[in-house]
Amino acid sequence: MRKILALFVILTLLASALPAMTQDTVELRIRWYNDGNEGEVLRDLLDRFEADNPDISVEIDTVPYSAILENLPLDLAAGEGPDMARVTDLGGLAQYYLDMTPYLSDPAYWEENFGPFLNWKRVPGDDSSIPGFMTQLTITGPFINRTLFEQAGVEVPSDMSDSVTWEEWAAASVAVAEALEIPYPMAMDRSGHRFAGPAISMGAMYFDDMGHPTVMDEGFRNMAETFVNWHLDGTMHPEMWPLSEGYANAYEEFANAELAFYMAGSWAVGQFSEAIGDAFDWQAVPNPCGPGGCTGLPGGAALVGIVTTEHPEEVARVMEYLTSQDVLGEFGARTLFIQAHAGLSESGIDWNTDLQLAKDALSVFVGQVGTLTQTAFDLQAYIYNRNVFNATRDRLTQALVGELTLDEAIERIQDDVDTALAEVSG
Amino acid sequence: MRLIDILDRITRPLLLLLVMSVDRILTLIQGRVGIDKMGYFFVLPNLLIFGIFVLFPMLLNLYYAMTGGTKLFPADRPFVGLDNFATLFDCDDFLSPNSCQEDLFWRGIFNTIQFVVLQVSAIVLFSLLTALALNRRIIARGFFRSVFFYPVLLSPVVVALIWKWVLQYEGVLNAIVELFGGESMRWLLDTNWAMFWVVFVSVWALMGFYTLILLAGLQSIPPELYEASSIDGANTWQDFRFVTMPLLMPTMFVVLVLSLIRAVQMFDHIFVLTGGGPGTRTQLMVQYIYTTGFSNQIQLFGLSAAASMVLGVSLLILTLLQLRLGNQSSLA
Repeated sequence: MRKILALFVILTLLASALPAMTQDTVELRIRWYNDGNEGEVLRDLLDRFEADNPDISVEIDTVPYSAILENLPLDLAAGEGPDMARVTDLGGLAQYYLDMTPYLSDPAYWEENFGPFLNWKRVPGDDSSIPGFMTQLTITGPFINRTLFEQAGVEVPSDMSDSVTWEEWAAASVAVAEALEIPYPMAMDRSGHRFAGPAISMGAMYFDDMGHPTVMDEGFRNMAETFVNWHLDGTMHPEMWPLSEGYANAYEEFANAELAFYMAGSWAVGQFSEAIGDAFDWQAVPNPCGPGGCTGLPGGAALVGIVTTEHPEEVARVMEYLTSQDVLGEFGARTLFIQAHAGLSESGIDWNTDLQLAKDALSVFVGQVGTLTQTAFDLQAYIYNRNVFNATRDRLTQALVGELTLDEAIERIQDDVDTALAEVSG
Repeated sequence: MRLIDILDRITRPLLLLLVMSVDRILTLIQGRVGIDKMGYFFVLPNLLIFGIFVLFPMLLNLYYAMTGGTKLFPADRPFVGLDNFATLFDCDDFLSPNSCQEDLFWRGIFNTIQFVVLQVSAIVLFSLLTALALNRRIIARGFFRSVFFYPVLLSPVVVALIWKWVLQYEGVLNAIVELFGGESMRWLLDTNWAMFWVVFVSVWALMGFYTLILLAGLQSIPPELYEASSIDGANTWQDFRFVTMPLLMPTMFVVLVLSLIRAVQMFDHIFVLTGGGPGTRTQLMVQYIYTTGFSNQIQLFGLSAAASMVLGVSLLILTLLQLRLGNQSSLA
């Protein structure tokens, strides 16, 4: 009986000591969304980190992308954010980011390798904080279904010229659709961000002389008019913009070979590699040209530390691990995401795919960096750019279905932008 | 000894202790406040819950409606009085949304009015017809009752997705249309058809619930009344007109009030089915409130709260009006 009693006391003491032992492990939470397989890859990389750092455990809370856009800002404003988050509204949420500089062992590494992109995640006036890193650098741009062009006997315009216009692509896509009776010649993601590249190419300035956002110029109007007309004459996917709320894409239609030309961006390469593989020849082509250039829009997603975290040092340790050249290189290679890291740009990434189509597409997007215009960079760096993008998306949609004339729609975009900005400054 | 007896032995003294304690507390309170005021004490828990979860948020919403800026916490927001309401009602011509500063708010109002009128009428009519049919002695009555109630059990997202697949260009409906020699249509892209389908889908999804209420109302009508009217030589229509309808009227008002409130608050089905489109053709007030307050990068909580106050007050007036009409008809 005494032995049993002694054993009981020992077990009780051990049990009570256990929480104290596990208390040494700091749990960090990442709010994350997925475009493709990056959640899986991150988990794998973090498992290795946890094995080497038993005092830190990292939980990934995967949420829909809409929750990153709509719920995360409210949580951050209420001071109830996670320790880290993957965001795309880079500048808009900058006030909530943790400046990791004091906790990093080598801040110079970050400046050296992520320098130009750190500004995207800083509030205006701040030129020194280190809030996080880009998990992917994206560039908007079109994909074509080359197999459909070949089957239809239509020449691929970019094979014949380095500066193909939007009109030339539209004409070729319509010819493909008519020849093969596919439902949609062209589609563009339902997003003001996606629309912005073509608009800048057509001459849209997006900012006035005072640096205030504006859409009241000929270039923007020209692209908007072309875009509306393409919906009216059946060139564009007729339902995607009018019949959606918020962001919508045409991945499915493109993967099902129902679409000749699709304006999306570099982040779709991973998706298409998995969904299409080599079932047909899909190809990224250079951004079409206009009087303002041949530009897409840069962008991307970033993993940032959140200022309300109780464990800034541990957050910085996780970030340092994830941004080390080897780990980030592996992340990029396995996710097929272009990386905004100077060292990796120099060394190149050995994409983890046997699919030549994916490698070629990534090369096209990487090659597009040089064609991006200053306006495109400025618009991406503008912290309230989503305000402009969303107003563009919603008001142009009204013009597409005849609720507003094109001029009314453009005026409304400007009104919406101005009203919201007045509230910010008010 | 059986388990129930053991449990009884354990719980009985505990319960007795609890009852005696409560009794003692209540006696004490009654001694202090008097028996007349004990009613307040009994409703206090419910009032507290109502106050915390309904009244307080309402007052907070009212406060938000009178503030501007983009900050989340009330203390950080500048007081702007009725400016947000003035913005909402700034119109050259109230019948033309394009002439209003907040055109989307007015589009939401007009769409909501149209949706409510069509949907509530359809729900009341079809629920009544279905309830009358299901109240008769028909074959497989239980099965049909389940069939009509089944959509109520489905998540609104599931309902909307199912119908989206049915209504899409390459969907089931167009397959049927083509089978009969017709031409495929983009049902949800046509501005007129879109509102029809939004109403249709919501009626399909919700009418089972109201049918059930009306069925209960029909079954509470004493059969003797029908026997008496039959002896008086009444036909089926006269039975319905002079027996069923007057006695079913209180239940009908319940259905009317509930369906009206639900219709004004409608969001989920439409959001998934059409996203408020094409354009803003099926965007109702609730979606405007949501978009303005939450889905934009610069979140205008004040304007959104003001719009929700307008919606709430409209709903209150409509409900009071209905109740008054209901009282008048029952007095008559």
